[in-house]
Amino acid sequence: MSEVLIILIKVICALVWLLLITLYLTWLERKESAVIQDRIGANRADILGIRAIGLFQPFADAIKFVFKEDFTPNFSKKFLHTMAPFISFFFVAVTIAVIPFGDVLRIGGREIKLLIVDFNVGLLFVLAMLSLGIYGIILGGWASNNRYTLLGGMRGAAQLVSYEVALGLSLVGLIMVYPSLNLSSIVHFQGELLFGWLPKWGVFLQPLGCLVFFFAAFAETKRVPFDLPEGESEIVGFFTEYSGLKWGLFMMTDFMEVLIISTLLTTLFFGGWQVPWMAADGFHFPWGGEWQLPHGIVVLFQVLAFNLKVFFFCWLQILIRWTYPRFRYDQVMDLGWKLLIPLSLANIIGTGILMSI
Amino acid sequence: MIKALGYFIEIIRGSIITARHFVVNMFFHILKVLRIKTKRKGAVTIQYPEQRREIASRHRSLHRLMTRKDGKPRCVACMLCATVCPSECIYIEAEEDPDPEIQKCPAKFIIDLSRCCFCGFCVEACPEDAIRMDTENIEFAEYNRQELIYDLDKLLG
Repeated sequence: MSEVLIILIKVICALVWLLLITLYLTWLERKESAVIQDRIGANRADILGIRAIGLFQPFADAIKFVFKEDFTPNFSKKFLHTMAPFISFFFVAVTIAVIPFGDVLRIGGREIKLLIVDFNVGLLFVLAMLSLGIYGIILGGWASNNRYTLLGGMRGAAQLVSYEVALGLSLVGLIMVYPSLNLSSIVHFQGELLFGWLPKWGVFLQPLGCLVFFFAAFAETKRVPFDLPEGESEIVGFFTEYSGLKWGLFMMTDFMEVLIISTLLTTLFFGGWQVPWMAADGFHFPWGGEWQLPHGIVVLFQVLAFNLKVFFFCWLQILIRWTYPRFRYDQVMDLGWKLLIPLSLANIIGTGILMSI
Repeated sequence: MIKALGYFIEIIRGSIITARHFVVNMFFHILKVLRIKTKRKGAVTIQYPEQRREIASRHRSLHRLMTRKDGKPRCVACMLCATVCPSECIYIEAEEDPDPEIQKCPAKFIIDLSRCCFCGFCVEACPEDAIRMDTENIEFAEYNRQELIYDLDKLLG
């Protein structure tokens, strides 16, 4: 009974974390783009005159979405048209289940792992779910029965095959280095030290793999440098026929993908919840010197480190989104097939040679 | 592949520029929160309804008709403004002025602001300096077009 309760609490906490951060990513996007462009950004939404630098803006947007007309065009396939946003939302949201937020938390003689499911094939699960998410976009484009949305959906599919290969291949080198597909054991492994001082983070062991993964994962989010399925300025995109909350779900999915890619990048390449030189009982600095910490503080540090890294990558992705114009269709194909895949193959060969020496 | 690598450097340079903007602007925003006064600001935004930009002295804003000392409009209904107006938004009906020196005065003087393009030709054309565009009023949006037709009373007042 208490096992079920613990799982339930973990699921609720993870979902609340996911949705809340996703909501506030919209705020971050508006504010960060404003600061980059010497503006102030949305700051007018207020409760009883308290503006709080626009922190209520996501809730104002959400309320607006709820009250907008939910319009389904007559010529669309109604069932699939309604299903599409839910499919794309579900497959992205479900990946949070295998992301480790921290190490074990000990309360009252019970050890609670700070992740929902400790999956042996967690990495494959994440890759599979992220790839399935494209079904929502293709379905949305197709079921709308509109030429432009179909074009958007097809572009999404074409983009998927060009980066998904590189995404999978870039992680092969990582799996070779950490002989595990279990995300929590990958993170555990990254706590060890290289040469006695450098943490064995994925970015130090697999710099090329990290770069390829970042590019491919960025294409996965379908945001501006790679926003072919959307393509605001030419075809309005796969969600042209959507309105209200359904459109909001598609947009939430975009931001949620940013968040999931950040957590993946953190977990796989930047040590997850590992704080450099911190073990389960406190800091052990490589230059000698120790700092003993109680268990609760250590867990707090781990969760904070995870959140900080995730926040940094969200920030970086939004920075990139507000820097570059969109890639042309053939340029994305070029980047995927001619640059990322050869690089990831070279990474696998290089890793193999280095490991056999 | 070589071509893609070629613009890779430019990609990094581009993001360094935006990151620099972000860091510099955030620095000034934080200084403002800490109430340290600096010459430069983090944002160039003018928060419009509360803050307003100063209107330049030669700015062409809402029209007004000038009056003589006795309170009557200076206009002599010569029709020069109505003739020169490129959007044909001025309508004048003349009547006889009791003063034989002046001869004519406007019975109706109507400007249809929904058509006016604020070129200022009417001000240039007027021989009597009867019409000016210096009220500095730039907010006269209305809910219907009828309200935008300004007659003699509205233009004098």
